[in-house]
Amino acid sequence: MHDLKMKYKGKKMAPAINAFHTFLYTPDETTHSGSHVRGADDLKRTMNTVIMALVPVLLFSMFNAGYQHYSAINGFPENFSLMEHFITWDNLWIGLIKVLPLLAVSYGVGLLVEFIFAVIKGHEVEEGYLVTGILVPLIVPIDTPLWMLAVAVVFGVVIGKEVFGGTGMNILNPALTIRAFLFFAYPTWMSGDKVWVHEARERSEAILAGASNVDAISGETILGYLAQNNEAAMSAKYSVADMFYGFIPGSVGETPTLLILLGGLFLIFSKIASWRIMLSAVIGSLVMGLMFNGVVEQGWITETSKFYGLMNFDFWKHLIVGGLAFGIVYMATDPVTGAQTNRGKWIYGFLIGFISVMIRVFNPAYPEGVFLAILLMNVFAPTIDHYVIRGNVKRRMKRLQNAVIHPKDSDAQAAELKAETV
Amino acid sequence: MSKDIRIKKGMNINLVGAAEQTTSKAVLSNVYALNLNDFHGITPKMLVKQGAEVKAGEALFYNKNLENMLFVSPVSGELIEIERGARRRILTIKILADKTQSHLEHEKLDVDSASAQQIKTQLLKSGCWPFIKQRPYDVIANPDTTPKAIFVSGYVTAPLAADLDYVLQGKEAELQAAITALGKLTPGKVHVSVGKSRKSPLAGLNGIELHGVSGPHPAGLVGTQINRIDPINKGELVWTISPQDLVIIGELLLTGIYNPERIVALAGSSVKTPKYYKTKIGTEVSTFLYASGVNGENFRVINGDVLTGSKSSQDGFLGYYNNTVTAIPEGDDYDFFGWNRPIFNKISATRALTFSWLQPNKKYDLNTNTNGEHRAFVLTGQFEKVFPLDIYPMQLLKACMYKDLDEMEQLGLYEVAPEDFSITEFVDVSKQPHQQIIREGLDLLQKEIG
Repeated sequence: MHDLKMKYKGKKMAPAINAFHTFLYTPDETTHSGSHVRGADDLKRTMNTVIMALVPVLLFSMFNAGYQHYSAINGFPENFSLMEHFITWDNLWIGLIKVLPLLAVSYGVGLLVEFIFAVIKGHEVEEGYLVTGILVPLIVPIDTPLWMLAVAVVFGVVIGKEVFGGTGMNILNPALTIRAFLFFAYPTWMSGDKVWVHEARERSEAILAGASNVDAISGETILGYLAQNNEAAMSAKYSVADMFYGFIPGSVGETPTLLILLGGLFLIFSKIASWRIMLSAVIGSLVMGLMFNGVVEQGWITETSKFYGLMNFDFWKHLIVGGLAFGIVYMATDPVTGAQTNRGKWIYGFLIGFISVMIRVFNPAYPEGVFLAILLMNVFAPTIDHYVIRGNVKRRMKRLQNAVIHPKDSDAQAAELKAETV
Repeated sequence: MSKDIRIKKGMNINLVGAAEQTTSKAVLSNVYALNLNDFHGITPKMLVKQGAEVKAGEALFYNKNLENMLFVSPVSGELIEIERGARRRILTIKILADKTQSHLEHEKLDVDSASAQQIKTQLLKSGCWPFIKQRPYDVIANPDTTPKAIFVSGYVTAPLAADLDYVLQGKEAELQAAITALGKLTPGKVHVSVGKSRKSPLAGLNGIELHGVSGPHPAGLVGTQINRIDPINKGELVWTISPQDLVIIGELLLTGIYNPERIVALAGSSVKTPKYYKTKIGTEVSTFLYASGVNGENFRVINGDVLTGSKSSQDGFLGYYNNTVTAIPEGDDYDFFGWNRPIFNKISATRALTFSWLQPNKKYDLNTNTNGEHRAFVLTGQFEKVFPLDIYPMQLLKACMYKDLDEMEQLGLYEVAPEDFSITEFVDVSKQPHQQIIREGLDLLQKEIG
């Protein structure tokens, strides 16, 4: 491998070879300027830590894919037991044939685009896509066609990242750009009650076509039920514990709030992700949820309103359904697209939580708003930072105004000389 | 009553190979050298030709822009080589030392009665002026200016750096003379900082504003202290000087002789018995490096500490401003799956399967490997944790990279020197060259605004 690296040194393919090399080995690079010793971690380690925090979610999502599929057909098991009904080979099999291809396409296409751009532009392959690649399959519906995902990944990586100059320069979170592209380009595949559980769509199409030997299965999300003011049906089907542990339909990996919470704590502990963003986003969503609860309590919105179901939903439950927890922990904390100053992070996180719940309630087409809220705040993050930094600059200016600046001798001499010449 | 400064943000880098507090006299060097890279921004004009005999303290060259600023020879002997680089830029000036040394003697100066102008003249002609540096721009001070204050940091937090409390022992008279003289060059105060315990010989001096400093690195850097005590505003100047250079200035004022003698810490994990050596500026490093013994062949000799020093070679020379020489192993080796294995033997600011947080006082044997490749800035918030100045470090670095002069000014580039960014450079996962970026930013700002 070392020989190969040397052989291609300076050639056009060098970035591609280096990328493989650097995947295997930390390079033999030594410091040239400045500090002679450096900290132990590099960007790859950082990204790897995020991936580690995502692996439990990915594993859960595989089992959940099967669990939701079979439960939709056979009904949810009574006396649910984790080992008996959830962690089974049947469930895993569905996960393997549905989730793994999504993961493979996401990484394959995304990394290919990254490699191509690295070779064209002659820079190293940067590690940003390692995290994006695992995020993407977790935030799409289970039956998303692979070609669709591939198109979206190309769009997301090129438009969302490479046109801005690659990792570290992008304005929008690439994973969410991919999700948004899918949402707006193929809305029928991304919303409704037929996309969240494997085969739901095929079966309904088969029934429409006249097949009588299959049962229709529906996999409405909790937010979907609520948007239809159908809370009774939702509560009958799913308990709060189901929501918290994640045994509910939804995008592939967004449901297991417990595992996401643990992943988030791990990221905070390892000092990779910002606790400020996470905490303030949680606070933001709770505040918005409380306000809606208050509106209902005041009687301003009655049961006849189409917003009633979501507004009446207990404020804290917003955190355990839909993609809010996932978005807060893994997407809002993206350091490149998020606010970069500590004070800015508080504002940024709070608004993400706040706007997520707002969009969730008011969006007529699709009862979820996390990805839109984060993308929106991605756009505003530089503005938030700008004003935070202005504060620092203003402080410096104020100090300057109050300062007595000693005249330089040379200035005095210059003034004297000037006086003489006049 | 002196004030205490407590720095909270920062990070100590504990390395093995700290110098033991015993001092030996280094063997006399045959050849002494001045490295022109030590004098940033100075264009030298030679005063003596190759082959000429000079006395110790006799001028070798002057600053082209300020003719009275002289740079002098540390020893008497023959100027044997003027090493030049691209475009005939002078790199090093080498002097073959005489067996019996002769000094150029200046008249003594009574510091208590001397005027500011007399002191300046004395320092300029004796070659002591270049010890005084100024901020903004972190360059040698312009003698035609008046600083608002002068800062001396006697508190050391840099890894393996010489312990000033130890090396300054018995130098109170020289320090006092130098402080008294410098005090006349500013209408403001002379701020001297020492460790919180105030054991430093600096603590007892008159005519200073004493500060007791505590906290992790970079609390000992003078930039951190300036930012706390009296931050620099646009248009203001401060001067900084290191305590060991005060001793040389003090001796000159008291005796009239320029004696560039220093106690240097030889440290680092590649040194078998790290300890202190008494030697002179410009001496060959090998005169004391091998006396202490070295481990292995493949190590790097650093003029200064591991964070801010400059790379030297095993047959290099002691730098003009350095009182520490560090030798650490080179890290030019591959590390298989080095990016995802748990790391126990290196220091890290995060806890991403790196375990240096478990033992904050453990001493590490770091090498010069970058532990990763150069990438764009990605993580945020990590610099703020170790950067105690009231400045946004990443934003300032970016402003320097895209050369926005207004922003560089507004974000506080006037207040910093490259060394202030050594700790952020250490923790950066993107392995950006922070000190170089800041240096280039300062140079640009000085060129454009002056």
